[in-house]
Amino acid sequence: MILALEYHRSPARYLAAGRLSAGPLAQVTPSLAPLRLVNRSEPRRAGPDWVRVRPVLSGICGSDLALLTGRASPYLGPLVSMPFVPGHEIVGQLMDDVEKDGVVLAAGSRVVLDPVLSCRARGLVPCVWCETGRTNRCDHITVGRVSAGLQTGFCADTGGGWSQLLVAHRGQLHPVPDDMPAERAVLAEPLACAVHSAHRAGVPRDASVVVVGAGTVGLLTVLALRALTPAGSVTVIAKHPHQGRKAYELGATDVLEPRRAARGLRRATGGSLHQPERGREFLLGGADIAFECTGGQGLDTAARLVRAGGRIVLSGMPSGPVDLTPVWYRELEIVGAYASAGDAREPASGADDDFGAALQLAADAPLDGFVDATYPLAEWREALGHALAAGRSGSVKVAFDPTKG
Amino acid sequence: MSRPGLVLEVDERTPPVLVHEGEGFRLERFPLGTRVVYPPDPLPGIRDVEAAIRDALLNPLGSEPLPELLYPGMRLTIVFDDLSIPLPPMQAPDIRQRIIEQVLEMAAAKGIDDVELIAANSLHRRMTAAEIKHIVGERVFASFWPERLRNHDAEDPDDMMLLGRTKHGEHVEINRRAAESDLLVYVNVNLVAMSGGSKSVAVGLASYRSLRHHHNVDTLRHSRSFNDPEHSAMHHSYDRMHELLIKHVRVFTIETTMNNETFPAQFSFLNKREWEWSLRDQGAFLAAKGANELAPAKVRRRIWQGVRAPYRPTGVHAGATTEVHPHTLANIHRQQLTEVHGQSDVLLFGLPYICPYNVNSVMNPILVFSLGLGYYFNMYRGAPLVREGGVLIMYHPMPVEFHPVHHPSYIDFYEEVLAQTTDQATIESKFEEQYATDPWYIHLYRSSHAYHGVHPFYMWYWGAHAMEHLGDVICVGANRRAAARLGMRAASTLADALEMASDTVGHSPSISYLHSPPLTLADVR
Repeated sequence: MILALEYHRSPARYLAAGRLSAGPLAQVTPSLAPLRLVNRSEPRRAGPDWVRVRPVLSGICGSDLALLTGRASPYLGPLVSMPFVPGHEIVGQLMDDVEKDGVVLAAGSRVVLDPVLSCRARGLVPCVWCETGRTNRCDHITVGRVSAGLQTGFCADTGGGWSQLLVAHRGQLHPVPDDMPAERAVLAEPLACAVHSAHRAGVPRDASVVVVGAGTVGLLTVLALRALTPAGSVTVIAKHPHQGRKAYELGATDVLEPRRAARGLRRATGGSLHQPERGREFLLGGADIAFECTGGQGLDTAARLVRAGGRIVLSGMPSGPVDLTPVWYRELEIVGAYASAGDAREPASGADDDFGAALQLAADAPLDGFVDATYPLAEWREALGHALAAGRSGSVKVAFDPTKG
Repeated sequence: MSRPGLVLEVDERTPPVLVHEGEGFRLERFPLGTRVVYPPDPLPGIRDVEAAIRDALLNPLGSEPLPELLYPGMRLTIVFDDLSIPLPPMQAPDIRQRIIEQVLEMAAAKGIDDVELIAANSLHRRMTAAEIKHIVGERVFASFWPERLRNHDAEDPDDMMLLGRTKHGEHVEINRRAAESDLLVYVNVNLVAMSGGSKSVAVGLASYRSLRHHHNVDTLRHSRSFNDPEHSAMHHSYDRMHELLIKHVRVFTIETTMNNETFPAQFSFLNKREWEWSLRDQGAFLAAKGANELAPAKVRRRIWQGVRAPYRPTGVHAGATTEVHPHTLANIHRQQLTEVHGQSDVLLFGLPYICPYNVNSVMNPILVFSLGLGYYFNMYRGAPLVREGGVLIMYHPMPVEFHPVHHPSYIDFYEEVLAQTTDQATIESKFEEQYATDPWYIHLYRSSHAYHGVHPFYMWYWGAHAMEHLGDVICVGANRRAAARLGMRAASTLADALEMASDTVGHSPSISYLHSPPLTLADVR
């Protein structure tokens, strides 16, 4: 038996958490979320290419919080199987030897997981996307050897990072260098997503970029933009001063508070500012490319800040209604950027696999202090409360340490 | 005969003294020994203003009478000061209206058809039709607006003309229509010694390219004070430009001065010395203060912005600018100058609700800064009222509030520039050009009612001399975040402010309080 946090079907709790998360009682949201601490059987390996992994650290992602606070889109409902153990930002220890790409990964060695459960993991003939390495676009995410689940952490059969044990397909594993602390390695998955976003954006030389949001996704996007693209100015919209400081450390040209995003960006990129009678101000002019990294109102903000014909990259999981008038009127392109891609690249990107790039970046980037709070599974309410208030409390990434129980 | 200015030393019998603080006021009890500097009583106004104007036009200084300068077929341009003076705006009829009407009558008598009127708003915001109508009057407005009565547009390349460069290399670029006129008649209202004279045309009709030669940090640091033209580097630059421009265009200047009856009847106690308040004045004070504090913010602002001063003209002089202006200055000194012996460790003043750039608008923190460290600090002749390294304590609530239409570049200046530095030289070198040439600010200046993009920089430079001179600046009642952004400290009370100032000037500093408005110009000996 293992200790695990289990997400279960409870419409009442889901709705209650959704209602309260936006109000003054937001701090009680974790208690209302359809999550429970359970002792459950170890998940079973789904085939000979599967191994057991003991999570060492498992991050709490914005998409996890959206799910727990009733803000996730019902669109994703068919793509998960319940009950499941959340947690897809995982650094763990192998419990079995496994060979990957001709290299033996010995039991006891550390790995990070590409959480996408694609054709290969499911024992299926690769779909058109998996065939070309773009596993994040897999069409077979609901069928095969394991139950529906777009990723580890959303599948009833694999377990997830918020537990003492999970199972993973060898294709999901990426070895962690010995000298890399677990606090850095656990950032590999969100960093791989950021790398993928940067590639998806197709940033031209000296393009002006605005990153909306400076949580983990936003900050790592800045890092990826600076390391992997020829972007010109990178303006970050950050709610909290500590986020702004980190953004500068990672290469941001300028940091703006949300309330002065439009004015500040206009100063940086030119154009004119306009204030509708109702609603928020917008630019005629603005940045060439925007990255939506909030998973909230950021898309609305981004659409108001991008120049005509510009591009918006959706890095955060979208939630809530958005006025798409500027997308229509300014002929904007919206580009989705989900998870990370495998070995094959889109022709335009010219980069290696996203996880490999992420691990390389994580080795040297100024990421100290990004994971500044870890909690045992038993303190899950405190952990989620902290993660929900991470920006306000000066944190970036809060993680579970399942080895502490 | 009105009484001269007065320096009162506070003793046990001195009543509390009135202090302005934005859209409000208070009675403050100052420490014993504080010197309170009052302006002279209001000078008597001219009895027959129309006759005085006619006399000035017919018997000008250093010029032929105006009718002799007018002839059929000529191109005549009448230029007038904008709404930044006088403050508060004066009750109708505005003195400019009276003068313009007489000039137009003389022009009509000569059969002149090509007449245009231009407001000398320089880089100030365009005035609205109603604001212009208040200045020029119904009759002139109806006859000339909008084709032949307009705001100056310093960013219209087709309507600007470079006249040349002074011996110091300063570009003299002014409004083309004015520059190409056979006669430019300038109609001025002078409220402070800084205004009028060479400044009128050289600034009022100028472009950014021209203004940057004197509206800069170095010049302002060497203008001590800018209300004392003889010792003001800024005025020396104006003079050089004026010298050049009158070689290209004939200028007939008409300057006027007002007495200091600043507030209308319901606020007349604000014009008086406190110990002379009658029972009625005391009642009016209590009623006005109570109502002011109870009124919603919007109503309070509407009431204050609706104040129209019952100023009465004290002088009208016309002719050659250099001949006219000394008379104007003499009149201003008669009305505002108060002799003060020696400097003090601490200078106190309260800042009122209005400055030249928030008429019908909002006094934002940068304007508070410029009113305090610019205009009020420089209300001296000889030496500053406060010694070098001394402390300025001023009163203003300093809300972080901006008029989005009038002051768009101020918002960015506050949020972007001041967030990085308050150092004037750094600001000038790093940001001025960007703001001055920003197409959006230029567009708003030309087509909306926005101050030019560079205007907040000038407001910041206005305090250059004060910032160099002072050891500390404390603002009583100010929003703490705003004060910190401006590089000042905020205090809740005068006692707290003096305690804070003690680090710089000790526990028993000498203190002077500049009692203003009505405006007081300290003649520090």
